Formats: sequence, C-alpha cells, structure tokens
Amino acid sequence: MELVVSLAIGMLAGSGVWLLLRPRTFQVTIGLALLSYAVNLFIFSTGGLRTGADAILKRGEAGTLAQYTDPVPQALVLTAIVIGFATTALLLVVLLAARGLTGTDHVDGRERER
Amino acid sequence: MPETVLLLALVALPFAGAVAAGLLPTHARNLAAALAGGVALTGLALVWVTYPTVSAGGVLKAELAWMPTLGLNFTLRMDGFAWLFAGLVTGIGALVVLYARYYMSSDDPVPRFFAFLLAFMGAMTGVVVSGNLVQLAFFWELTSLFSFLLIGYWHHTAAARDGARMALTITATGGLALFAGVLVLGHIVGSYELEAVLAAGDRIRQHPLYLPALLLILTGALTKSAQFPFQFWLPNAMAAPTPVSAYLHSATLVKAGVFLMARLWPAMAGTEAWFLIVGTAGLVTMLLGAYVAIFQNDLKGLLAYSTISHLGLITLLLGLNSDLALVAAVFHILNHAAFKASLFMAAGIIDHETGTRDIRRLSGLNRSMPFTARLALVAGAAMAGVPLLNGFISKEMFFAEALSVEAPVGFLNILPFAAMLGSAFSVAYSLRFIHGAFFGPDPVDLPRRPHEPATWMRFPVEILVLTCIGVGVLPAATVGPFLDLAVRSVLGNTVPYYSLSVWHGLNLPLLMSVIALAGGAALYLLLQRRLRSEIEGEPLLRHLEGKRIFERAMVFLSWRLARRLEGIASTRRLQPQLRLIVAGAFLAGGAAVWLRGFGPGNLPPSPVDPVLALVWVVSGACALGAAGLAKFHRLAALILAGGAGLAVCITFVWFSAPDLALTQLTVEVVTTVLLLLGLRWLPKRLRIEGERGPEVLTRTRRIRDLSIAMGAGGGLAALSYAVMTRTPPDLLALDFLARAYTEGGGTNVVNVTLVDFRGFDTLGEIFVVAAVALATYALLRRFRPAPDSVEPPSQQIDQLLAEPARPVSAETQPVADWLLVPFTLTRLIFPVMLMVAIFLLLRGHDLPGGGFSAGMVVAIAVILQYMIGGTEWTEDRLAWLRPRVWIGAGLLLAAGTGLAAWAFGRPFLTSYFGYLELPVIGTVPTASALLFDLGVFALVVGATLLMLVALAHQSVRGRRATPRSATMAEPVARTTIAARDA
Repeated sequence: MELVVSLAIGMLAGSGVWLLLRPRTFQVTIGLALLSYAVNLFIFSTGGLRTGADAILKRGEAGTLAQYTDPVPQALVLTAIVIGFATTALLLVVLLAARGLTGTDHVDGRERER
Repeated sequence: MPETVLLLALVALPFAGAVAAGLLPTHARNLAAALAGGVALTGLALVWVTYPTVSAGGVLKAELAWMPTLGLNFTLRMDGFAWLFAGLVTGIGALVVLYARYYMSSDDPVPRFFAFLLAFMGAMTGVVVSGNLVQLAFFWELTSLFSFLLIGYWHHTAAARDGARMALTITATGGLALFAGVLVLGHIVGSYELEAVLAAGDRIRQHPLYLPALLLILTGALTKSAQFPFQFWLPNAMAAPTPVSAYLHSATLVKAGVFLMARLWPAMAGTEAWFLIVGTAGLVTMLLGAYVAIFQNDLKGLLAYSTISHLGLITLLLGLNSDLALVAAVFHILNHAAFKASLFMAAGIIDHETGTRDIRRLSGLNRSMPFTARLALVAGAAMAGVPLLNGFISKEMFFAEALSVEAPVGFLNILPFAAMLGSAFSVAYSLRFIHGAFFGPDPVDLPRRPHEPATWMRFPVEILVLTCIGVGVLPAATVGPFLDLAVRSVLGNTVPYYSLSVWHGLNLPLLMSVIALAGGAALYLLLQRRLRSEIEGEPLLRHLEGKRIFERAMVFLSWRLARRLEGIASTRRLQPQLRLIVAGAFLAGGAAVWLRGFGPGNLPPSPVDPVLALVWVVSGACALGAAGLAKFHRLAALILAGGAGLAVCITFVWFSAPDLALTQLTVEVVTTVLLLLGLRWLPKRLRIEGERGPEVLTRTRRIRDLSIAMGAGGGLAALSYAVMTRTPPDLLALDFLARAYTEGGGTNVVNVTLVDFRGFDTLGEIFVVAAVALATYALLRRFRPAPDSVEPPSQQIDQLLAEPARPVSAETQPVADWLLVPFTLTRLIFPVMLMVAIFLLLRGHDLPGGGFSAGMVVAIAVILQYMIGGTEWTEDRLAWLRPRVWIGAGLLLAAGTGLAAWAFGRPFLTSYFGYLELPVIGTVPTASALLFDLGVFALVVGATLLMLVALAHQSVRGRRATPRSATMAEPVARTTIAARDA
C-alpha cells in the first residue's frame, strides 16, 4: 500500500512541477493545485498509513497510538488545505487581473521574445 | 524623582512641541513660532534650573527600564559638559526661532518648519544628555533624520533635495558606523552606560579591539562634523533655509561630532592612533576649509567652508591629547557657536533684504543697513580673531597649544606654521565677507532695495554679538564658570591651570596673532583681482571635488552595480525562478540522502488493496492528463485535477482521517467553482491542425522541464516511501491523544488540536484567509476583465433580444425560465445545506466536522444559488449576506474568545468546557472552543463568499456595461441570428 501511495504522491508532484514550469498562468494554477495535493498527502503519510484505526476518542479515555491515528499531521494538513484554497483564489484573481492589464496570460505579463 | 521628570521633560518637550506644531494649520506662522519659542525657552529654563546642582559638581540622572533583559536602560544624565551643550542647543534654538519667525515667508508652510526644528532640537538634546551609548547612537541618527527634513524643507528645489539626500547619506552612514563602534565599546567594557565607559579608559585603550572601535566611532564623529574627507556634504546643506543653517552650523548638528569626541575623550583619547587620525583630519580640514572659503562667492558658502575650517580647528585641538587643548577646544566650540550663528543670521538678513547672496553683486550695504553692518562687522572680527573679541582668546590658546605640543611624529613640528596659515586664511575670508558686502560703492541693480530688517529679526544677532564682545573683553567673568564646569566634568579632577584673560603679556602666541592678522589682510589685498573675476571656485583644488566623487559613487552603487547584480543574480522572468526553487529543493533533499544514506525502513509494507490501487491508477492518469491538457483544454484539465483531488479525498477516508476528507471535499468544490468562474477571461488557445511542431529550442526546454518534474516527482515518491515504511515518530501525538478529552473536552482530537491546543496557529491562519479574501476583493474592485473569450450562448442572446419586447415580465420571467428544474432543486436544497452546516459545526468538537468544513458548506450552498439562480436573483434575496460583516464578526469572535481568557486570569486562548443538556437535541458540548470554532466558521463563510461573489459579480458588471454600449452586444447578436437564418 505504501508503494501505491508514494507512487501517487510522486505522480501528483511530477505533474504539478511540470505545470509549474509552464509559461501559461492557468497551467501554473493547476500545477500548484496538484502539487499541494501531493504535499498534503505526503505530510499526512508521515503519521503512517493506518486503515481502520479510530479517529474519534472514546469518552473519558486517554488515547494511545496503538488504537488511534496520529492527529498531528491531520491537523497540519487540514490547515494546509484551507490556506491552499486561499492562495489558489488569490493566484486566480491576480492572474485574471494581470490578463486584463497586460492582455496576455503569460506568467511574465508579456510573451516571450523569440 | 524631580530630576527624572525634569530631564525627561527636557528631552520630551521638543518632540511634543513638534507634534503640536505639525498639527497647526498651514499658515499659522505666528502661533507656530510662539509655540516653538516657548518650547525652546522652557528648555533653556529647565537647563538653568539644574545649574546649582551641576555647578556643585553634581550629576542629574534619570533611568527608565528600556530593555532590562539586555541590560539596557534609558538613561538621561546631565553633568557639566552636557549642561553646557544643552544650554547651547536650547538657547541658540530660542534665538533661531525668533529669527526664523521673521525670516520665513508666510507663503511657506511655516508650522511644518517649526515642527522639524523642534524635533531636531529634541534629538540634539537627546544626544547631549544621553547616559547610555546605544541611546546616544539612536538620538544621533534622529538628528541625521531631522536635519535631512530641515535641509530639504524647500523640497521643490533640486538643490535642497540633493543637499538633504547627501547629508543624510553621509551622516546616517556615519551614525551606523558609530552604532557599530558603540557596540564594540560596550563589548569591551561590558556595559553601555556612559559612566562605566568613561571610567574604563585604560581597559579600553589596551584592548585589542580598541582600534576597530576607535575607527568606527571616529567615522561617526568625523562625518557628522564634516571633517576631511567627509567635509563636502556641509556646503551642499546650505540649501536649507538660513535659520536652519545658523542652527546646524553653530550649536547643533556639526557640533555633535566634536561633542562626541570630547565626551569620549577620557575613554578613548591619549593614544597615538587618536592623535594621528583626529589630529590629521582636523589639521587638513582646517587648512582646506579656510582656503576654499576665501574663494566662495556665496555668503553662505563662505560661511559653510569657514564652519568646516573652525570645526577642523576644534578637532585638531581634541586630537592633540593635551588637557589644555581640550579646554581650548571646548572654549572654541562656544565662541564659534556665538559668532557663526550671528554671521549666518546676518547673511540671511542680507539675502532677505537685498535678494542676493553673491558677494560680487553686493557692496556698500553699510549705508543702507548700518546697524546690521556693525553687528556683522563685530561678528566677522570675532571670526577672524581680532583682540577684544571671543574668537581671539580661544585662538591664542590654540596657538599656545600648537607651540607647546610634543608631537610624537616629527612632521608635526609644522603645527605652529599651519596654525598661523589657517588663521591668516580665516582673516582673509572674514575680510572678504565684511568688506565685500558692506563696504565699497553703493550696490547696483540688486533684486530688492536694501534696508534695515525688522527690529526683532535683528535682535538675536544683537544678543549673540554682545556675547562675543562680553566674552572677548571679560572672559573670566562671563564664560569662565561655565567653561570650568564643562571641562571639569570631562577631565575630572585633573583640570590643568589655564588663564582666561585678554592680555598675557608680550609672548609668542601674540606675535603669531599679529602675523596672522597682517598676513590675512595682505592676502586679501593680493587676491583682489582674482576674487573680482568671473572665475568660479578656488585655484589648484577646484577639480578635487568630494561632491562629484560622492555622486559618482552613488550612481555606481545604486544604479550600475545594482543593475549588474540584478542581471547576474536575478531575473524578472518567473520560470527560471521557479526552476531554481524546485531544483534547490531537489538538491537539498538529495544532499540529505547523499550525506545520510537511503534505505528501506523497518516496517514491512502493508498489503496492496486493489480498490485503492485502482483509484490511484485512474487518478494518476487524471493528474498526468491535467498536466498534458492544461494548455489547450482548460476545462478538461480542471475536471481532471478535480478527479485527482477526489482521489486524495478517498485516500484520507481510507486511512482514517475523516476530518481531512470532509474539508478536502468541500474545498475541492469551492476551488473548482472558483476556477470555473475565472476561465471565461482567459484567452483562446487552440491547437491549429497541421501546425509545425515546436521549435528545437522549445523542445529542449520541455525536455529539461520534464526531467526536473520527473526528478522532483520521483524524489518525493522515494522520500515518502522511506518515511512511510518507518515507525512514525511520536512527537506530540500521545500528548494530544491523552489530553484531548480530559483537558480539551472533545473526542475529535484533530478539531481539539485546531481550536484548542494549537488555537493560536488557527487564529493566525484565519487572519491570513481574511487578508487574502480582502486582497482578492480589492483587486477585483479595480478589475477590468479581459473581453470574454467565448460569445454568450445563443439562448442568452435570444433572451437579451427578447427582453425589451416583453417589458412586463422582463424583470424575472425570462431568467426564471432558464434551467428551471435545477433552479427549483437548488432552492429546495438550500435550507438543507444550511442545516448540514450547523450540524457539522456543532458536532465538530466530538465528531468529524468543525468550523472549516461547516463554513465551506454554507459557501457552497450560497454559490449554488448564484450559479443556478443568477447573480441578480440571488442578491435580491440574500441581501442579508454581507461577506465583510461575516469576516469581521468571525475575527472578532475568535480573537475575543481568546481575549476572554484574560478576564479569568488565564493566558490568551485558554479554553473552558462543559456539557449542556438541551431539550430535544440532547447533550451538547459547550466548550469555549466552540465559540472559537464559530468564529472560524463565520470567517470561512465570509472569506469564501467574498472571493466567490466578487468574481461572480464580474459577469453582472459585464452585463450592466452592455446596455450602455448596446452597439457592442447587438451586432454580435444580429450576426449570430443572421448566421442561423442563413
């Protein structure tokens, strides 16, 4: 299973980086989204992949890792998802504004000279 | 305690006055002057009040804790030396204020002038009464800053701007050097307190770091006092209004440098290095300044160079390492302040009443302004060192020192001759000032007809000139006690015997004075032809202009070097930067692998589940497809990326993270809607069939990027595999798991972590989200969307054309007819979604849910109405929806919940919990964290809606714009219809 998930992370990250290096703003946006999936999954996976572990404590019990999942990476990733959404929104608006101002959707605001 | 209040008032009052003056209306000249004069006189009175204590050898101190952990206190300390300077700063300050009231034109924003002047006075007072060296450096930089503002007061002239910038560059750089030097000094002594430093003189001088400290501190002092090789900024600073020049040149800015050298004299002087650096700088400056001053045609320029020369004299005296020379230096500081201030004021009067300062155009003014002429004559004579005036006495002391000093270096036996030469130059330029302006034939075609100035404008000059005469005739009776006081506080009990009197008998210094006077007069006569000629500048040294070197250096540093460095180290293009970042991250990870090795972990891999594997096969294809299609098929790429996001979501569920899955799912929806909204303004990009393939260059670029991407992806895959096959470290997990219920009152550990354990992080995060939402909104307000890339669909065009034809129902009917079934469904689903959101919010503490996902659900519910119902329809009905209010309320609620803990004497964001039995609903956890989560919820709702609505609203704008320019929409519609008909 670990292999599958790590390959998945690799594929997401590779596609993300490829798009990140492209010249069109929309490509970069999608690339960042893919890259953030990969990074979120990676951070999440540092807590170990556990199927069937409890996520919710039983009342009045102090949990242990034997029975419960590691909450720390999950809390980190939850924050990261929301921040990632906010930055994607900002990036989108900036690129739209840049497109309106410069007339191009190239990341540098002007087409590459040949 | 009154000491503390008094000293604090002395420093704080000018700053308070500056703020008050700055708030006055632009033309309140008299009020501002009265305020400034009042402040200066109050300061002088405060200084005077301390005289009994200080004269009895006492030291006033005020200490306030500043940064106690660093051993830094805000210390004000007034001993005799500081007292003398404080008196000089406030006393001459008061005279300058009076003078400036008449000098400044009522057309200028005079209150601002007085505000700067007062702030500068406060900074200067701060320098002289600082009892802590770091604090002294702070006030020192403040004087640079405020002198910059004063010099640049007439900022509409280029000279003022350039002069101010140059003064700031030089003196503030010197200030930084001083600060560094002070830090070294503090390191040597172990304390920044002035008293400790002064007492540790021997330790400082023997320390290996003595020389660096000395160089740094002297850089500060010499730049401030305009000493060679930094002298060039001072003449350019005369672009300031003349009262400012009078103040800066006489009692304040440039005197700060010599003040500092005298202040630290007991701690740092007495070494050969001190003698060589300070003495040489002083000697060169004295001669150079005096020489250049003779050839200035501008009255103020002449005075500026003479200031440089006299400060050189003072610096030279300080550099001689002799106690008597120090006495002479302090004495000359006072004398120079008196005659230089009065001369600047006289020059200002001439400028004010005649309209020019050019010596070659001025002449014979003693007939039109006889009183001013006599005052200037006396002050000029004092500058030249004529007997019975104050300049003479300190000059005699200087000559005596020049003769008696035991120069450790042979060549300094020329000192007496250099002293005489400098003095002769000084006589020559004083003669030029007086003779050129006031004697000779009547002036012709001056811009204004000269006449005496207002009585009160002359009054400060009269006071100062009287001081010159008083000190010159009866030195011991007038200035004696004050000088003694100042010198004693620097030298301690080892004050040498010196005699303050006019007549010391026929001796060598007197002979030197006579020679200098005669020589200077002769020089002036000899130079007549040259001085009347049109040739600008002094002979021999004209091309050695510090100013030009400075400007070249500035151009080089701030433009050429910066550009070149930018060219080498940076680019404005995004792609290389991103490439560098990715490559850097890859190399950093690779370095770790290289250094520490890489191997499989200790855990056996868990068996592969075919379902999840299948999910990832599909979504891996999605990711690759998105990467491939993002250029030409944006919509497809967006959908594919969404597919990958769903797979991530499934993975979270699979591996026991329901909260993450919930948040990911809702965020995914909102992100997709957001990107969909943006798609319409991106330009068309179609793959043209039969186009030639990409060029070789492009292809190589793609291969390079592909390898970087594969490297990064492969690296991250390997890294995560290695991480996953190791036992995860138990850093915080156990702690959180153990305390979530017992201390946080919730069974959903992730939620408890977010709202309680790490509540402060979450608070920071929601502030970021709020800032992003507001930035988005602000960007879109001024947003001019690019033209739509795709024409509106034909149905919409038909509708647009049909609307005017059916005016009765045009408001709602046509709109409601669109998408009628989904429209009804979304209306039905709206309250259900709100219920779901509240449910998620309330159960968040114990079960998967919480403020983030609940807020997202509300945002989705609303945006659904927007999408199906249309912007106008939705906004008519959801007028209560004010995203900015939600944002504000959310932030206030979250921060307020945190602050409420203070009311119970607990640290910020401490939470409280209990369980509440509600009828029907049952047991509800009521932790204060729930309130916090409610704040998060409100913020997420507000921020998300603000972004989505702002973007969605652009389409309304577009449609609103259409009727106004109906010509634009109609042809499109007509051609479409025509095409269909055909």
